[in-house]
Amino acid sequence: MDGWLGVVIMIVLGVGFAAVMIGLSLLLGPKNPTPEKLAPYECGMPAVGDARERQSVKFYLVAMIFLLFDIEVAFLYPWALAIRDLGWPGFVQIVTFFLILLVGFIYVWRKGLLDWGSTARRPRRDVSSKAA
Amino acid sequence: MDLRFAIQLGIIGLTFFMLVNASALLVLAERKIMGFMQQRYGPYLVGPHGVLQPLADILKLLFKEELRPKGADKWLFTLAPIISVTAAFAAFAAVPWGAETTLFGLLDTPVKLGASDINVGVLVVFAITSMGVYGIVLAGWSSNSKYSLLGGLRSSAQMISYELAYATTLASVVMLAGSLSLREVVDAQAGAWWGFIPRWYLFLQPAGFIIYVIAGVAETNRAPFDFPEAEQELVAGYNTEYSSVRFALFPQAEYINMATMSAVATDLYLGGWHGVPFLTALGLGWLVFLAKVGVLLFTYIWVRWTVPRYRYDQLMQFGWKWLFPASVINLIVTAALMLALHA
Repeated sequence: MDGWLGVVIMIVLGVGFAAVMIGLSLLLGPKNPTPEKLAPYECGMPAVGDARERQSVKFYLVAMIFLLFDIEVAFLYPWALAIRDLGWPGFVQIVTFFLILLVGFIYVWRKGLLDWGSTARRPRRDVSSKAA
Repeated sequence: MDLRFAIQLGIIGLTFFMLVNASALLVLAERKIMGFMQQRYGPYLVGPHGVLQPLADILKLLFKEELRPKGADKWLFTLAPIISVTAAFAAFAAVPWGAETTLFGLLDTPVKLGASDINVGVLVVFAITSMGVYGIVLAGWSSNSKYSLLGGLRSSAQMISYELAYATTLASVVMLAGSLSLREVVDAQAGAWWGFIPRWYLFLQPAGFIIYVIAGVAETNRAPFDFPEAEQELVAGYNTEYSSVRFALFPQAEYINMATMSAVATDLYLGGWHGVPFLTALGLGWLVFLAKVGVLLFTYIWVRWTVPRYRYDQLMQFGWKWLFPASVINLIVTAALMLALHA
């Protein structure tokens, strides 16, 4: 199929398939919910509090730097298509572009955004002086 | 409705049918291969050698109770698996899986094997596979379970991190082929150098292929990068609270995504349906395509049962500090070499 109709038909088929399957299971499956079944799973213990609490800020930071770098990557595609016509001047331009990107990357790296877990940089708290 | 249009609709239906079956087949293949790698049989009771096991599984799940935890968001909880599955199906729509064919002379003008033929196919696959992360994030958030939320958050951070390396690597293939259409990329790989080495981009982009495979495994949340569903830490991750068919739709989406990743890798690096000249001449190039996809899918499963799971901090650091810089260097070196040899 030429053009976008194929993708549209595929999306319709996908939604239809999922909806029919869920509908069928709603029709066929038993329905006797109990409070225990409806409680969120926490290894058999009664659930404590709400799940939608504050999460590590790392995830948000990763999302932010992803947005910045992904836009840079999106710029690459037109360049990649045109490189044959652009020749060496185009190559020099993209290397300059990457060097600017590199400055940002080094900044992010030095700031510790790419470090997770035990190696992550954290401000150290002096425990001994507080205890005194 | 003329014959050509009907046949094109049939090809779309066939693609859809193949994907539905591929997910069932992959579940079975995974369990069988896992069994043999662990010196046991795997599913064996349903049908000869257990081949009907996926059918039994889906029937069983259809008759199970649909549970939604009390604090869950009613609509998003149902919408999440639908988004996952739809994104998985739609992504494959842009992947061509066979050469142009007249169906052995039935048609005057040849039809193209593949659900659609879009001149920016690489970008479409890339965009729609990224949509799949919405399903996982919404599933994690709407369940109102701590494990689900953590699984969803981890998964989204992982998928967007590896998307950078993935996209940059694809850009170097696009550069070599000079086209964003997957079909044109495949056709640029027809023929052979010196008559015996096939013109696959695998040989021009070995580093790119490795980066693509690693990023692809991470994008589809497969072991050794299966953090969204790290059993020891998160029970089942984002789909902890799901039951019945809604639960089944997530693994199905995952298996279809695996198939899409393998099919795109075949199109971009392994020459698609080219490589066995006499089959291509017979119009059976799609068999070659299927064989290549099968080999890649087997590798996926093989890796899963061979490599232990990473730690999450290792995963993120590997993605940002190694894979992304490596893909950029690969791109620049490719550009320099291409310009030097082209001129």
